[in-house]
Amino acid sequence: MIKRLIGIKPEDLKMTLEHLKNEGFIYLSFITAVDKLKSFELYYRLVNPESGECAVVKTEIDREEPGIDSVTDLFKGANWHEREIYDLFGIKFKGHPELRRILLYDGFEGHPLRKDWSSPDVEKRPGDFV
Amino acid sequence: MGIRHSKPGPLAPVIYLTKLDRLFEWGRKNSNWPLPWGLACCAIEMMATFASRYDLDRFGVLGGFPSPRQSDTIIVAGTVTKKMAPVIKRLYEQMPEPKYVIAMGNCAVSGGIYYYDSYSVVKGVDKIIPVDIYIPGCPPRPEALIDAFLKLRQKIESEGR
Amino acid sequence: MEEKRELETFDFKINMGPQHPSTHGVFRLTLKLDGETVVDAEPEIGYLHRSVEKIAENRTYEQALPLTDRLDYVNAMGNNLAYVMAVEDTAGIEVPERAKAIRVVMAELNRIASHLISLGTQGLEVGSHTFFLYCFRERERILDLFEKASGGRLTYSYFRFGGLSKDLPDGWVKEALEFLKDFEEKMKEYYVLFLDNPIYRGRATGIGIIAPELAINYGASGPVLRGSGVPLDLRKKAPYLIYDQLEFDVPVGTDGDVWDRSWVRFREMQESVRIIRQVLDNLPSGPVLEREARYVVIEEGMVNYFAVESPRGELGFFIVSDGSEKPYRLKIRSPAFVNLSMIREVVKGEKLADIPLIIGSLDPVFGEVDR
Repeated sequence: MIKRLIGIKPEDLKMTLEHLKNEGFIYLSFITAVDKLKSFELYYRLVNPESGECAVVKTEIDREEPGIDSVTDLFKGANWHEREIYDLFGIKFKGHPELRRILLYDGFEGHPLRKDWSSPDVEKRPGDFV
Repeated sequence: MGIRHSKPGPLAPVIYLTKLDRLFEWGRKNSNWPLPWGLACCAIEMMATFASRYDLDRFGVLGGFPSPRQSDTIIVAGTVTKKMAPVIKRLYEQMPEPKYVIAMGNCAVSGGIYYYDSYSVVKGVDKIIPVDIYIPGCPPRPEALIDAFLKLRQKIESEGR
Repeated sequence: MEEKRELETFDFKINMGPQHPSTHGVFRLTLKLDGETVVDAEPEIGYLHRSVEKIAENRTYEQALPLTDRLDYVNAMGNNLAYVMAVEDTAGIEVPERAKAIRVVMAELNRIASHLISLGTQGLEVGSHTFFLYCFRERERILDLFEKASGGRLTYSYFRFGGLSKDLPDGWVKEALEFLKDFEEKMKEYYVLFLDNPIYRGRATGIGIIAPELAINYGASGPVLRGSGVPLDLRKKAPYLIYDQLEFDVPVGTDGDVWDRSWVRFREMQESVRIIRQVLDNLPSGPVLEREARYVVIEEGMVNYFAVESPRGELGFFIVSDGSEKPYRLKIRSPAFVNLSMIREVVKGEKLADIPLIIGSLDPVFGEVDR
């Protein structure tokens, strides 16, 4: 179970993460995004390696022009996580040293993990489940 | 092999007569050096087939030289994605004739478990290069890969005839 | 009289392309070299991106189980374990004691199998073909055990929500204990053959050094982090299943070079043998599956994350549910992806001939890196 979930506004992201880093949460486990049709939700999970506690920071950003600050200067591991989110969701991270596609090839159109993305050469699985 | 030889007597040497095609085909089928193209999970089963329990070396199939210019066969083991497809095509064109292709595993045969709903998987390697032998399985057992090489020998024999 | 002229030199770029015998998978590394020394390196991944996270959104939780087998394909039991426990933790499903014990045994056997492949391919890089064949011979015996229990050699899907799919066959425990006895004897030989070998020691010490602060800043985990001296192991810090009742040590390296990481993997195999023996000597009896067979439905708005310690590090699944029998979002936190992101900083200043050893010591498996 996630025991500590902190919800913040996107402007306070860097301040919150710096504050948590000074309190001992110096290990970034992952960053991920969820498409909630009206907005994008971003989750950052931080761990304190001494005590083993973890904290999850959640923020919500606009879906039309998605953008938020990058945290690569605080945690170097955020580099590839943010590139993957840009590749699959289209969220831009301001201040990222090289924001370009990482998993898909360069000529790919669109951001496939969005719920409204579709393409004619993807075959949908037929049949019903329950 | 279709050979005629003179009767061995006390002073006569043994002479074999055959066609040049049959000689080449004998060499090709008994010493087939593949280019192991291990992409995903099937690569581990391919490595296990080259290891000591299911030894492929006893069939003349050495896994030694991973260079396309020096191999006869290419074993495509694993899923082919759209990012990797141009690389496979370029390597296939670098191989000298005659060359054979073995598609190992469900993903290389037809896209496998990633056929539906995937936006980045090519549905079978035969959309890119022509395939000679298909091996189904996810992953296929090492015995299935050995069976594929035996069928490839039969195919090479029928070409030389 | 000839004038002495300075030879002009310049850096050149070389491509260790996706098809290469020693990159452990489909990985492209563009190196900028000054003679033999690497000045810069640019990794490129994504050649095995199979869009598992998108496919899982259109499958029920049970149908997504075989997809997780093929992520980190040398550790398929471990992937199944992480996924099944993540869904059980979110949905609140209980597991009987015998199933928990057998899950620990399978996960630790798979840890031994995975480390055997990692050390074996390291041996292949250095030129020790003998050690590679020995590792695969031991691994075949483990795969025999797995095949008797679950039916598959590489991909199993043995676990179900609420326990296991079927119980162990007769004679399995006896065969497993015999294997452990043989394996412990042989490990002493393998130490002398490979790790203590002056050739491997000479080649692997002093290269690919990762400082502990750098490893923590990147979020590395597993033997990569423990080889640098940070004792972070999820089986001790956040125990799951029955690990809090078992006695075992966590090996921690000192220098953070390639030899230390191989040593950590070797010692972890010995500790796994200890764990399996403790569990098999006191295996509880009872059923292995008590939940009736119906679709798992998780209520709307649940957000959960669960991580286990895989042979590569912290493997976790992040599930967001929407009240139906399919996940709304399934994110896979893959340890090899995070460990591999350090490659650019680790290879700067190293020689070209040491690059395959360094990549091998980070132990990437590309089904997991690219998903």
